[in-house]
Amino acid sequence: MDIGIVSFSGYVPVHRLPREVIGQAWGKQVRSGEKAIANWDEDSLTMAVQASLDALKGFQRQSVGALYFASLSPPYLEKQSASIIAKVLDLDPSAFTVDIANSARGGTLALRMAMDALKAGSAENILIASGDCRIPPPNSEMELNFGDGGAALLLGKKDVAVKINDCVSLTSEFMDVWRRDLDRYPQTWEDRFVIVEGYNVLLPKAISGLLKKVNAQPKDYRKVAVYGPDSRSLGALLRRMGFDPQTQFQTSLFDSVGTTGAAFSMMLLAQALEGAAPGDRILLAGYGDGADAFDLTVTEQIQKLAQGKKLGQYLRSKMTLSSYGRYLRFRNLMEWEAERRAPDKSSLTVLHRESSQILSLKGHQCKKCRTIQYPMQRICTQCQSQDQFEEILLSDRKGRIFTYSMDERAMVPDLPNILTIVDLEGGGRFYSVMTDRDPEKVAIDMPVELTFRKMHEGSGINNYFWKVRPVQG
Amino acid sequence: MESIKDKVAIVGMGCTSFGELWDKDADDLVVEATHDALKDAGVEIKDIQAAWLGTMERFTGATLSSPLQLQYIPVTRVENACATGYDALRNAAFAVAAKVYDLVLVVGLEKLKDHGFGGLPISLAADKWHPVYGSQATAPGRYAMAATRYFHRYGLSREEGKRMLAMISVKSHYNGARNPRAHLRREITVEEAMKAPIVAWPLGLYDCCGVTDGAAAAILCRTEDAKAFRKDYVTIKGIEIIVGPGQGKIRPDYDWTHWEETERAAQVVYKQAGIKNPRKEVDLVECHDCFSIAELIAVESMGLCPKGKAKEDIESGAWTQNGEIPVNLSGGLKSFGHPIGASGCREIFEIYKQIQGKAENPSRQLKNVRLGLAHNQGGHPGKFMCGVCVIGAP
Repeated sequence: MDIGIVSFSGYVPVHRLPREVIGQAWGKQVRSGEKAIANWDEDSLTMAVQASLDALKGFQRQSVGALYFASLSPPYLEKQSASIIAKVLDLDPSAFTVDIANSARGGTLALRMAMDALKAGSAENILIASGDCRIPPPNSEMELNFGDGGAALLLGKKDVAVKINDCVSLTSEFMDVWRRDLDRYPQTWEDRFVIVEGYNVLLPKAISGLLKKVNAQPKDYRKVAVYGPDSRSLGALLRRMGFDPQTQFQTSLFDSVGTTGAAFSMMLLAQALEGAAPGDRILLAGYGDGADAFDLTVTEQIQKLAQGKKLGQYLRSKMTLSSYGRYLRFRNLMEWEAERRAPDKSSLTVLHRESSQILSLKGHQCKKCRTIQYPMQRICTQCQSQDQFEEILLSDRKGRIFTYSMDERAMVPDLPNILTIVDLEGGGRFYSVMTDRDPEKVAIDMPVELTFRKMHEGSGINNYFWKVRPVQG
Repeated sequence: MESIKDKVAIVGMGCTSFGELWDKDADDLVVEATHDALKDAGVEIKDIQAAWLGTMERFTGATLSSPLQLQYIPVTRVENACATGYDALRNAAFAVAAKVYDLVLVVGLEKLKDHGFGGLPISLAADKWHPVYGSQATAPGRYAMAATRYFHRYGLSREEGKRMLAMISVKSHYNGARNPRAHLRREITVEEAMKAPIVAWPLGLYDCCGVTDGAAAAILCRTEDAKAFRKDYVTIKGIEIIVGPGQGKIRPDYDWTHWEETERAAQVVYKQAGIKNPRKEVDLVECHDCFSIAELIAVESMGLCPKGKAKEDIESGAWTQNGEIPVNLSGGLKSFGHPIGASGCREIFEIYKQIQGKAENPSRQLKNVRLGLAHNQGGHPGKFMCGVCVIGAP
């Protein structure tokens, strides 16, 4: 039985913070490159959603039997995120949801567990979604390295595009980077120790264990997607093991996105798979509390997968944060003058009662006159029929801006707040906010797509909903 | 159904100064507006048989009866967003026309400046509260979407559109500068308006009305009894509130360039009042200009200017004091100010004084004023509650 990857995606948020800007903030010389910074309305959950939606395009949502969410920075420490993501994706309520938190190797841990579940017949398709939005200590080496991003892998047994042949896993109590619940920022030990005694020992052990198990040589692999805390350590490790970093690996993500925690190994894999050809052999490895190594083979099905190319699109669409202060604002890292306006508030009863509308973005289509309307209504806005509706999923639609305004006095971290009225393709009109945008470029008739974001934290709850963003790519 | 035309008369009115009245609270505003109206009508508080209070932020009839020490009479508190003033007036008028009461008091009130920040509290957004849907929208943000679409529909460049809106505010400020009770009494220029800081593009600081404290009051009776109070009473020729189904943000056929509720309310009131050609027959218009674009679209929607032709009309000076339809001769919400519950009554106060030849500051007095049209709308594009009223010489 073939088990493997049926679809994959990588997500990079639109903003970039150049290392140079960080260097200016602290008055120090830094190496070149930039990192991706999640927008103020994004978090690990929303980025995992975006990657999942991209990976699920063209696939039946209802066929996903389990969802594993891997992250080092989940939005809640008590309260599962995977269950929220499952609702957003409109998975069947019987889907098995799990958060895999706390390990940098969360992505590959999830992959190993998904393989076992598929072999056991617990599900036909399993979605692994990951996202990380970690906050590194200001003026640290981590600050230059960490980036934000997400990735998703859809696994199954039919139409497999990347077969998972075998894997080796090792466990270790070794501590590289850690954070307790009372720590504001992650901590680390002396870099020399952490790399030499940890990374350089454990990861090669897993990889050579795998090579032995599948009887392969480094040169057998067309590409390697191997975790590294930085490009230099990774390059050195691969060279020592007999791989050729020039032909078998790309370090570009380190200097264009940064290391994205639990999502990183999956993003490296997504990058390796873009441009992969049938027959290519791929080595995937994750690291953190041990290591996992996987032997993969690309099949003919890879040619039918269009959605993988989105990582490239996300890498190309970028807006540079011009100042360190903007980064501080996005991540809410400083104390601000208290706003005198009434704070945002929420209601869990409303969020729950309307969860299909709010999270899944389902609207109504009138059975009598076929008018699509959002939010759901009791009385049709067009023909006034009562309760004659079908539910319709709207989250995967694109649209065009009918009108907009740019509010400079709204209480949001990034002004202006751009209100939009969007005509959705297929019908229906959506009143929303535009994000990931350059105010100079907003115009009537501009094509947009829906994106899942965090609106505010009223009442101590993460209030998620949908906005629109310019069509990517 | 019978028409309200000429059944009810206004025999007294009062109005406080409008502004940031730091030294007055809601009770002070109620007392001052009411006593001005009583004095104007030549009656005492004990003669009032029932009262209606229009206000958004305060509740119950006690908000009126406590400061005034009303002695055990019916008091109704009315709210319909910015159409509150008209709804209070209208309900009082119906009670009088039905002969249930003979002499009644209407007070419109709002005390907004104790909140501690500029701008409207978001709770006054007249939309169903929701944790996330429309959650961070503001009043200027929503009205500005109508302006963007209006520019697009009628082929106006950003500059042309902003200039057109600026001319409206300039005209209103010019009027308000000559109105002793107004909140903002400074003239502005088109350049100042166009270069002012943006509130919600394309609306800038001078496209948005001030946040204001104030109250206005009216005393009503049946027309046949009005002579006993004064010779120059004014009658209600037509009054109505229209509340739409409010689906403009959801329906793809909502064009964002006309106010449907205003259109219909105006048509109903013109019919009540027997007005066939409003532009010719109406002598002045007080309309809801919370934002410059609101005035523009209201004037078009009330049939006073052909749709899409506002720019030419404004440029010709037709909406100024000497023009064919003086709009917001009082200074409008823009410069007189907009204490929400009070604005409806305050607009009537301007027209009432103009008809009587007693406009505050004679330079603003029009000649031979027979009919005045007043308009208010609460809510925002796609979901309005609109009040229109025509009053005139008997």
